[in-house]
Amino acid sequence: MAKLRVTFTFVGVQVQEPVIWQLSQKFAVKTNIRRADIKDDIGWVTLELEGEEEVLNQGIEWVRSTGTEVELVTGDVIG
Amino acid sequence: MAFATALKCRECGREYPTDPLNVCEFCFGPLEVKYDYEAIGKTISRDRIQNGPLTMWRYEDLLPVDAANAVDLQTGFTPLIKATNLGRVLGLDHLYIKNDAVNPTNSFKDRVVSVAATKAMEYEFKTLACASTGNLAGSVAAHAAKAGMSSYIFIPSDLERGKVVGAAIYGPTVVAIDGSYDDVNRLCSELADTYPWAFVNINMRPYYAEGSKTLGYEVAEQLGWQAPAHCVVPSASGSMFTKIWKGLNEFEDLGLIPKVNTHMHMTQAEGCSPIAAAYEAGTTRVRPVKPNTIAKSLAIGNPADGYYSLKVIEDSHGDATIVPEEEVVEGIKLLAENEGIFTETAGGVVISGLKRLVERGAIKRDEVTVAYITGNGLKTIEAVEELVKPVHISPTMAAFHEQIPNP
Repeated sequence: MAKLRVTFTFVGVQVQEPVIWQLSQKFAVKTNIRRADIKDDIGWVTLELEGEEEVLNQGIEWVRSTGTEVELVTGDVIG
Repeated sequence: MAFATALKCRECGREYPTDPLNVCEFCFGPLEVKYDYEAIGKTISRDRIQNGPLTMWRYEDLLPVDAANAVDLQTGFTPLIKATNLGRVLGLDHLYIKNDAVNPTNSFKDRVVSVAATKAMEYEFKTLACASTGNLAGSVAAHAAKAGMSSYIFIPSDLERGKVVGAAIYGPTVVAIDGSYDDVNRLCSELADTYPWAFVNINMRPYYAEGSKTLGYEVAEQLGWQAPAHCVVPSASGSMFTKIWKGLNEFEDLGLIPKVNTHMHMTQAEGCSPIAAAYEAGTTRVRPVKPNTIAKSLAIGNPADGYYSLKVIEDSHGDATIVPEEEVVEGIKLLAENEGIFTETAGGVVISGLKRLVERGAIKRDEVTVAYITGNGLKTIEAVEELVKPVHISPTMAAFHEQIPNP
């Protein structure tokens, strides 16, 4: 099982969509929310995702396909 | 001795031992080194600093490692140059250039890597690692060589040959990764979780970042123990920007300098300006971008310290400037032709950003201003090589006079 700490950013109408719930329904990915800030037009949620690596990758691709931005919580590590 | 007492989460405040950690296990917020400032205050003084080595290690009391075992290439205490020529061109009477391009591997990264490598040795790591597009790679490989550690350098597979050589010469294992920027970032995070390596800007990040504070200390000391009115700084992750501010404020809190009234001005290139864009939009939420800039050393699309940089701008009554891509090379030329300093593209961003700040009245003629130059121009020679147009002649006086009639 692989774990990944990420931040989802929702913009516009995406804020109202149950993306995290859908992710766990569509893929065998465990979601564990740690921090969040949701406003009318933008919101972000920091969470840990856990699952088989391939399933995790598919899940992230699906989240991105909804228009949600997915980034590592550590930020870019290339210096 | 080191006065670091703990790691503290910048979001929820939870504290951790000074271990190789970079995020809070509870809220995933970033961790920062916490110090015993009371004890530091009883030890540190201007005299003690001035009697220290002519390197960044003169500020050992404010670094989170034991300086007696520092992995040191003689980094820091770089020149602060009164830029009279450039000042005249821009309309500034007290302009200074902090020339950090003269560090051992020709960039400010030696400051952060020196601290990270020292901490890695304290933890008895055998391997130093990083992901890099240039400056960090060379610095990590060089410090690993000095420390007798092995090193792994991960680079995007399309990195310019010169930058690969600049790191490979020190003997690291260089791994070129095929894939997008996101792929490289993610792979390196996973590698850091998997192998017992000191990844300088992942599990060593809280210590690594502290090295940049010395850019604040040095400028204050070199200005005669006072903070400047303005700092103009290039930003990628935003870490250095926040640490210069932290350094100045630590000096004030310890009574080493008078009150800090410095305005912190961030500069980013248009092709990767997520923090400056958030500033312009009036939000503290930084939206990640896909970098597309010639200022490759600033190409961090998802900046870890974006939010904290915006807080520094707010606290210091500073601002952020987006420099159009076509002005980056102009900035490089302006500095080279007026001050004899050849900087990389990040420096071009700073000088063009400075010009814009003066033009819009954010910096006044009589105010002490420091522009931070953090890397050497030879690192990004491809950005300016089209400007080089030598006059070709045959080896005769007649040919010379034909091409250059009035030498």
